[in-house]
Amino acid sequence: MANAGRIPEKQRVRLVRDIARLNEDVLSLGSLVEQATLQSVESLKLRDFEASRRIIHEDREINRRRFAIEEAVLAVIATQQPVAHDLRRLTAILDVVTELERMGDYAKGIAEINLRIGEKPLIKPLIDVPRMANKAVDMLHRAVGAFVAGDAVEARSVPQADEEVDQLYNQVYNELVMHMISDPRTIDGATYLLWVAHNLERLADRVTNICERTIFLVTGEQLEMDSEEDFA
Amino acid sequence: MAAALTTHDLNLYYGDFRAVRDVNLVVQRQHITAIIGPSGCGKSTLLRSFNRMNDVIHGSRAAGRIMFAGQNILDPEVDPVALRRRIGMVFQKPNPFPKSIYENVAWGARVNSFRGDLGTRVETSLRQAALWDEVKDKLDRDALTLSLGQQQRLCIARALAVEPEVILMDEPCSALDPIATLKIEDLMRSLAATYTIVIVTHNMQQAARVSDITAMMMLGDDRTAGTIIEVGDTKTIFTRPKDKRTEDYVTGRFG
Repeated sequence: MANAGRIPEKQRVRLVRDIARLNEDVLSLGSLVEQATLQSVESLKLRDFEASRRIIHEDREINRRRFAIEEAVLAVIATQQPVAHDLRRLTAILDVVTELERMGDYAKGIAEINLRIGEKPLIKPLIDVPRMANKAVDMLHRAVGAFVAGDAVEARSVPQADEEVDQLYNQVYNELVMHMISDPRTIDGATYLLWVAHNLERLADRVTNICERTIFLVTGEQLEMDSEEDFA
Repeated sequence: MAAALTTHDLNLYYGDFRAVRDVNLVVQRQHITAIIGPSGCGKSTLLRSFNRMNDVIHGSRAAGRIMFAGQNILDPEVDPVALRRRIGMVFQKPNPFPKSIYENVAWGARVNSFRGDLGTRVETSLRQAALWDEVKDKLDRDALTLSLGQQQRLCIARALAVEPEVILMDEPCSALDPIATLKIEDLMRSLAATYTIVIVTHNMQQAARVSDITAMMMLGDDRTAGTIIEVGDTKTIFTRPKDKRTEDYVTGRFG
């Protein structure tokens, strides 16, 4: 029986392996940010100051990992001369880890607000804010997964959920403004909660940026995915 | 990290002309070390000293020490032929013997009194050189019928057949097309798990792609006698080299 053909050889083993590792690192970093976000809102809801302090401390790890990934990307670009898709992925990773690091800062900010509010009770029970957090974290999880997998279809669909986050934000905003108007003593407490909601809204916006990067990565197309209703 | 080879105050001469000056280099075992630098800085001269290939050049002379397996290989008592079995070499222009593919690989083993199964040794070496699948059905064909890239892999198989510890490569891909080059680079990475590899290359990007450690060589201020001005982790050399001359060279500001 004639030799049916050579076993296909893997090429650029080093580059392929380095990129795979970086993708894993991005997934891990995304996970850390998801946890920080959920835990920051949970600890606010439960008034768990210890947990909030922990989240603030663990933000350092998010920062450290972001820099480690950047270093690794630089090293790959310098030593492996990636082009085309590989190069787009590597520069996209630089972008994405910056977004993730900022999101980590938002989670840290929420934890700091819990400490600032301190022993005073929350002016209202948290209902919509945890909903925002769950939605935003779900978006984040899907977006990072789509980025690592190079799934442009999923990346296009994730930002649609941002509308729900924006709606919840508007609800929270209106409710808190009503509180402030009806009782000026709640201004302090309401403002803190506004900041929390704002952080989550900004987090969801940044998720959209990650989706844009994914589409760029896959198609080479640069685009902005703002929701049209923003200024309607 | 263990050293395979260490030079101490190594100076290399051709007659009165000093080509390489004061090299103190540690070559790490089972790593790929690349020696880079502008043309004429002494890279190949340095590489050839590691297995006493300079001996064949009339008037060449070495001062200092090169330690390998606990011995100074520059010692007159050292048998250079036996040394070259343990420290093999692959050259710029593929140079298979004008014999069959099989004979190319078998010859070295036979000459070194190999007692085992020669066929197995040939197959193992060709597999290690990522060439077996392409030649297994034509082992009796003349080696020169192979493409240049295949010939170079055959030369690597030939070196592997005598089970060296170190493989020296002097511009191993200069004569090859880009695909063949990448194949050899991937091959080098897989060989580095077992062997120590030192490669001289004027192709900086290749050094960056393939090596773990990079040594930067440069001519002295008087334009003679090259020396190593910086050695380091390849990633560091290509992202933040310590010496400005290294930075100028790798960024292409100076060639």
